[in-house]
Amino acid sequence: MSIKHILKLCLLLLIFSCASSKISKIEGKRLDIDESIKTDQAIDDFIKPYRLHLNKDMDSVISYAPETYSKSDGKLNTAIGNLMADAVYSEGNIVFNKRTQKNIDFVLLNHGGIRSIISKGNVTTRTAFQVMPFENSVVVAALKGAQINLMMEYLSKAKRAHPLSHQVQLILDKNAAVSSATINGEPIDVNKTYYVATNDYLYDGGDGMTFFHPNEGLYVLDYKIRNILIDNFKKTDTLNPKIDQRFIKLEE
Amino acid sequence: MKRRDFIQKSTAATVLAGVGGLSLQSFSPSKTKKITILHTNDVHSHIDPFGPEDGRNANKGGVARRATLVETIRRDNPNTLLLDAGDIFQGTPYFNYYGGELEFKLMSMLKYDVATIGNHDFDNGIDGLFAQIPHADFEFVSANYDFSNTVMDTHVKPYKIITKDGIKIGIFGLGIKLEGLVGKDMYKETVYNDPIGKAQDMSRILKEEESCDLVICLSHLGYEYKNNPNKVSDITLARATKDIDLIIGGHTHTFLPKPTIEKNSIDKNVLVNQVGCFGLYLGKVDFYFEHGKDVTADGVSIIV
Repeated sequence: MSIKHILKLCLLLLIFSCASSKISKIEGKRLDIDESIKTDQAIDDFIKPYRLHLNKDMDSVISYAPETYSKSDGKLNTAIGNLMADAVYSEGNIVFNKRTQKNIDFVLLNHGGIRSIISKGNVTTRTAFQVMPFENSVVVAALKGAQINLMMEYLSKAKRAHPLSHQVQLILDKNAAVSSATINGEPIDVNKTYYVATNDYLYDGGDGMTFFHPNEGLYVLDYKIRNILIDNFKKTDTLNPKIDQRFIKLEE
Repeated sequence: MKRRDFIQKSTAATVLAGVGGLSLQSFSPSKTKKITILHTNDVHSHIDPFGPEDGRNANKGGVARRATLVETIRRDNPNTLLLDAGDIFQGTPYFNYYGGELEFKLMSMLKYDVATIGNHDFDNGIDGLFAQIPHADFEFVSANYDFSNTVMDTHVKPYKIITKDGIKIGIFGLGIKLEGLVGKDMYKETVYNDPIGKAQDMSRILKEEESCDLVICLSHLGYEYKNNPNKVSDITLARATKDIDLIIGGHTHTFLPKPTIEKNSIDKNVLVNQVGCFGLYLGKVDFYFEHGKDVTADGVSIIV
């Protein structure tokens, strides 16, 4: 056989062998991962030190809750929401004041951002992770009074217990229209600039909160809401949040 | 003429070697080959199983159990691939504490082959994702995220080809629009390109240029947006493309009890699958191949 013959044979073989494979049958199913499957010991042993370290931290007691607090325990303001907004005010203002020599006027968060209850008993780091599992951080927006009025309109229409810090008092009449709105006891001045702390999600228009734009400036504190809660809880021996009068609706 | 002689001889030798390599598979008469595709999506840092008190998923999930299941399947069929459709990060304190290191290390121990990138994988910023890359012994694919002006440049390929038992498998990735979903300071200069256009390019490259026997898309676009049917999803993707055999999806945490069979742009079947989230399930799709036989699309039996 000459080289030419070999080449021809090879070419034929190649063409034959290159005929591609074709799918003839497909089977698809979903497999459950549950107790019926044995734990892979090597994998579990690998996770163990991470788990122990994390649990030690997560289960460390940082405060005490005399009651269980839920975001559904009040109409327009809740104990847990008041606790969160006031914590963002006190911890956030320390950073804001140090950086700008100004003070935050008040805080607005969102009701949907409270992701868990705080159960009666020991409050741990894990509690803060459950209440705020997301990475959202505090931002302070400088807003003209006109924008604050839009915010109050929004709150009156939303009729949800969006957390406000204690500097705000918002009263709705029996038709849920704004009856009075004050910040630190003063009526809203359309020409004044207010420093409002919120989270980055709401600042970006989350939950339909469009009133953060336009604004007179933005201060990014690089301080996660969760870390604010942890820091605040650590300073507080016993949490004692209350439903109060900061956001109410008159019945008649 | 001597030089020409040499070239001929060496060519012949090369071709023979090539044929020798192929012959083992190509001459075993009508042997059926089986490729098993295992997949997860939106595991969201769920490393430990859910506790017994969990309201919804009590005692379900867990990486160490998934490892056992994957290993059992691999023992049964060594020609198995393990894939993930993104959102590996965020959801338990493991992520907050270790930044995704444990997730990647465990996926490497389970011998994941390829993953794509979900929006939550940017939760510690693109720098946070980049920082964990050394812990991943598997590859990332995304055809529509352009990372060239970011730290992730060269760490994510549009597609990956893996050959198992002589079957050439092309896997490409698609990611969701980041604007409005992820902060710009998180994804930085990552550019989002149209997934449908990129998918059409990919399927052409993988099927026609690379002659893949099996084309898989790892997508984090979401299964379907019923209230917004024009929004690109796995279903719209399936209908607008051809030559994709399987779309493995994520993002919408859709618990499909079995893969959906859609018709593609040339009326051929394409499978779309997604297994919810949190590592509660493992998706398994077996592809059987007949060598050389011309099996028409309608001749493919799909058992789901």
